[in-house]
Amino acid sequence: MTNHIFRTCPDTGLKFHDSAEKLMKANAVAAVVFLLVGGFYGLLVGLTRWQAVHLLPADDFYMVLTAHGINVLIFWMIFFEIAILYFCSSVLLKCRLATPRWAWLGFALMLIGAIANNVVVLQGSSSVMMTSYVPLEAHPMFYLSLILFAVGALIGCFVFFGTLVIAKAEKTYEGSVPLVTFGAITAAVIAVFTIVSGAIILLPTFLWSVGLVGEIDTLAYRLIWWAFGHSSQQINVAAHVSVWYAITAVVFGARPLSEKVSRTAFLMYILFLQLASVHHLLADPGVSSNFKMFNTSYAMYLAVMASMVHGLTVPGSIEAAQRARGHTAGLFTWLRKAPWGNPTFSGMFISLVGFGFLGGITGVVMGAEQINVLVHNTLYVPGHFHATVVLGSTLAFMALTYWLVPVLFRRELVLKGLARWQPYLFGLGMSGVALFLMGAGTLGVPRRHWDIGFAGTGGITHEFPAAAYTMLALNGMSVILAVIGGAAFCVIIVGTLLFGKKLGDEKMAQPCIVAPVTDEEYNANGGSAFAIPGTLVLAMVFFVSFALYYFINWKYLAETWGIA
Amino acid sequence: MSSLSPPVKKLWWNEPIHKSELMWISLVFVWGLIMTFMMPYWHVVGKQNLGTETYKTTPKAFQASAEAFVEQYTVRNEGPRNYPVVAPPAGGDVYMIARLWDWWPILELKKGESYRFHLSSLDWQHGFSLQPANINIQVLPNYEHVFTLTPNASGEYSVICNEYCGIGHHLMIGKILVVD
Repeated sequence: MTNHIFRTCPDTGLKFHDSAEKLMKANAVAAVVFLLVGGFYGLLVGLTRWQAVHLLPADDFYMVLTAHGINVLIFWMIFFEIAILYFCSSVLLKCRLATPRWAWLGFALMLIGAIANNVVVLQGSSSVMMTSYVPLEAHPMFYLSLILFAVGALIGCFVFFGTLVIAKAEKTYEGSVPLVTFGAITAAVIAVFTIVSGAIILLPTFLWSVGLVGEIDTLAYRLIWWAFGHSSQQINVAAHVSVWYAITAVVFGARPLSEKVSRTAFLMYILFLQLASVHHLLADPGVSSNFKMFNTSYAMYLAVMASMVHGLTVPGSIEAAQRARGHTAGLFTWLRKAPWGNPTFSGMFISLVGFGFLGGITGVVMGAEQINVLVHNTLYVPGHFHATVVLGSTLAFMALTYWLVPVLFRRELVLKGLARWQPYLFGLGMSGVALFLMGAGTLGVPRRHWDIGFAGTGGITHEFPAAAYTMLALNGMSVILAVIGGAAFCVIIVGTLLFGKKLGDEKMAQPCIVAPVTDEEYNANGGSAFAIPGTLVLAMVFFVSFALYYFINWKYLAETWGIA
Repeated sequence: MSSLSPPVKKLWWNEPIHKSELMWISLVFVWGLIMTFMMPYWHVVGKQNLGTETYKTTPKAFQASAEAFVEQYTVRNEGPRNYPVVAPPAGGDVYMIARLWDWWPILELKKGESYRFHLSSLDWQHGFSLQPANINIQVLPNYEHVFTLTPNASGEYSVICNEYCGIGHHLMIGKILVVD
């Protein structure tokens, strides 16, 4: 162990292996850069959809929409998740990182792939959207750059697994891995499944684009592509739920209500979540109803159950910890006394609520076989996943970053006043984006569509209701708000890296991690240490909203044409 | 000891689960069963269950079938593109072609009658989006999707494309007319 340099963080007591630390910094910085790039494209998309502004011409719109999706859904997310994997293995298990040189190779491949992809998309010959459905064809470099990125990410996953093996062999921890590490393991397992699926479909598509393969079957492409496309979002879910738990530990010193329940819920993500990718094919020909129902119910509702369990246990563990620390009065004192001015907490809590109410409920509803016909490929779909991936995952990652950057870079956060407000600004903007896109989708507005006014069709038009135009305008305004919030995040983080007051070995003025709640503190409440009445009330509000919205959509479905 | 550290109790899998958690897990599980039940239930009682009858075809073969259909049942030509308006007999087969960048032909259907739709693409993937009924179906080349539609109100309906299909995607629009 003599060759491995470790430093102990004076504020958190966490042990950082030099190589792991540098890799985490590199991956996190790359992530923020691609968030900035992708977010800017998002602004252009939102302002073009706003029919009164209609910023970009059609070809630029489709090009920028392609770039927006890939930069934020893939590059920002995966770079950040690699940083999380290294944190959850090397740092939490106090272990050296396995094969740092391979990790750097992985990082280099990801960076080359991401830059090459941006270049080829901006050249205009690859405006095929993130899904690149064949036989719509992109430049070969489009597929190759994604493959390079995926190989790099796969290397990152194996460095993570290797680190777990080393930690076990060198006995750097006792008993089982921490819950947060366990969650990261599920994310990494899903990542391997995802990347292999991606390889299975992108390699032949690349060969087809250079003329070596004659034809790619469209339905087979869709089936396998979604095993990649949807699973990649499951990595995000597993990762951001881990981040939620990590933040409950950092801000409240909380432990899970039950290790068994929370770990089983994570495990169910591996077993069921990515199988449910078939819900992208509910409006497709050639796929039987039994196959569709099986994959959306058996496979999906058990995964939904897992998320709903986390939805209870994450705020529940906060409530238990707060009650143990004396906030016992009434149902919600524990929540009122939470540090709402700390962006790490507020970001996490907005992420939790937004992911559940806006992202979760709508995802399950449109994943029902028959209801899907009402929303397939409408703006409802991007509305839904802006609630899951942006309001859920992205905001959770931002929240963690506020905590991680001072710890990792040993610099004090700049613009703290702005940081206080940033999660609210971004959360409000993105909630608006999700809601108004879904509202427009409910009115039938198509996704990935440059002009719902149908100018240029030579007189054949369709009149969408005025409300659809209002929704798109409100969406544009929400985009502006969210982009201001996103830009504020980037300014604070980059500003901190460049100009933040250096902390060195000094402790921060305010402690950045709360001491874990002890058994004695938990038991001081008598036998009901893990009673969580407030959280149960919130959970029931969620459940009632869910059930109402679910049945409203069946009623809505019953009103349209007969389909058989 | 928090979520960032190994579990406090080494034998954590033997720890009892608190009853608030158990209650929630049971509720969520039952809810999952209800939602699972709803889909087959709707197949029995509901009137909106997209058929999955599908045949392998080729753009050429599908175009030939559609042209034969149009030739047989065209009642007039109309609209800016002077497209044939086709009024097939109630209960009969109906063909619609998706191609870059239009839907062909215009259909004239009777309210309350059922029609067997045949849908395929001659080139890339498209999205059949019937507005304002808001029925959305994926259209793939080389697959002929056969399903039944029963209009429940008269009026002029638009078919727009909601699967991105290149630079003319937003120009792709067709019509279905429903008469009493």
